[in-house]
Amino acid sequence: MNGVHDMGGMDGFGKVEPEPNEPMFHEEWESRVLAMVRAMGAAGAFNIDTSRFYRETLPPHVYLSSSYYKKWFLGLEEMLIDKGYLTREEVAAGHAMQPAKALKHGKFDRANVERIMVRGKFGRPAPAPAKFKIGDRVRARNIHPATHTRLPRYVRGHVGVVELNHGCHVFPDTAAMELGENPQWLYTVVFEGRDLWGEDGDPTLKVSIDAFEPYLEPA
Amino acid sequence: MSQDHDHHHHDHDHSELSETELRVRALETILTEKGYVEPAALDAIIQAYETKIGPHNGARVVAKAWTDPAFKTALLQDGSKAIGTLGHVSRVGDHLVVVENTPERHNMVVCTLCSCYPWEMLGLPPVWYKAAPYRSRAVKDPRGVLADFGVALPKDIEIRVWDSTAETRFLVLPMRPAGTEGWSEEQLAELVTRDSMIGTGFPRTPGAPS
Repeated sequence: MNGVHDMGGMDGFGKVEPEPNEPMFHEEWESRVLAMVRAMGAAGAFNIDTSRFYRETLPPHVYLSSSYYKKWFLGLEEMLIDKGYLTREEVAAGHAMQPAKALKHGKFDRANVERIMVRGKFGRPAPAPAKFKIGDRVRARNIHPATHTRLPRYVRGHVGVVELNHGCHVFPDTAAMELGENPQWLYTVVFEGRDLWGEDGDPTLKVSIDAFEPYLEPA
Repeated sequence: MSQDHDHHHHDHDHSELSETELRVRALETILTEKGYVEPAALDAIIQAYETKIGPHNGARVVAKAWTDPAFKTALLQDGSKAIGTLGHVSRVGDHLVVVENTPERHNMVVCTLCSCYPWEMLGLPPVWYKAAPYRSRAVKDPRGVLADFGVALPKDIEIRVWDSTAETRFLVLPMRPAGTEGWSEEQLAELVTRDSMIGTGFPRTPGAPS
């Protein structure tokens, strides 16, 4: 979706402000939100792409004015309601009022903590040969899906070169909508800065994205 | 003093809790009452993040690459596989790509769409990495972003920005500082900063205050 989360190339957000000796969490509740998202995801309530999509669908003014973990919280709450794990009435009451919905991987308890400290595996067997090889010129397709995609707007329509082939991976566009893993070839595609940003762009800049095969066409 | 006044204290008096804190607590109560999560398991997750992951992991990998050419070659070939052979670094997930800074090319990593970051190597990302100024400008004006960090690159060096748009993760292998000949891996690891592995900074130089 063409949301405010797709920020590459936008102007006006001001300077980057690194915080010296930044704490891991600025408020205790942030750590609880992180833990709840990780736990409910690991228990099978949602996949990582779905959780990203729920943050992206927050209203733009909410997305832009909420802290990082506030976005995580708002996305989590809405997603769990939509998926039937809790109800708005329960959220309003602050207590469980309905029977629980079964989780795919069961309750998240202490025995599960170790396994979530390593990232999940996203590589999958290839359903078909790769269409592109390293060195091929490809155009990022001019597509504007209204749902989740990982093709940023700033490269659409531009020509780049395939630099790496990462094998077949879970396709976020379908996984986010719970339409299946639909594995697709994944490539690092590199673009010249001036192709993206015009004559005034930095001539020494190259930018790459990791692009799933359906995002690309031969150029 | 003003810092003390501004700092939010975690009082257990509910009247002191913000709306967000109340909502987060309510959600945890519901998830617990419904039997989805065990609060002690949430505590354990937080503790694991606070103790097991962090830039010290990435720093060990970089220092090893600086001292062991065969490891460096393997690391640049397949980051996850090479790091998997190091017993002292926490396990790393698949699809870690290590990119090398050279006198001709400087690498910088961003996630314009959200906050993708090599957690196992660097810990949880800092706020600036997840915030709009960095995400918006890194791909268009990386030299301007570097200036915000007080970092200047030679005018004609290539700058390569890696936008983490999939489940691949990127770690920058910075250049080894001059004047460190004969240093041990442990000594070298002390020079490797988090930002030098994102590409928004350089390693410390010998003798400079840390």
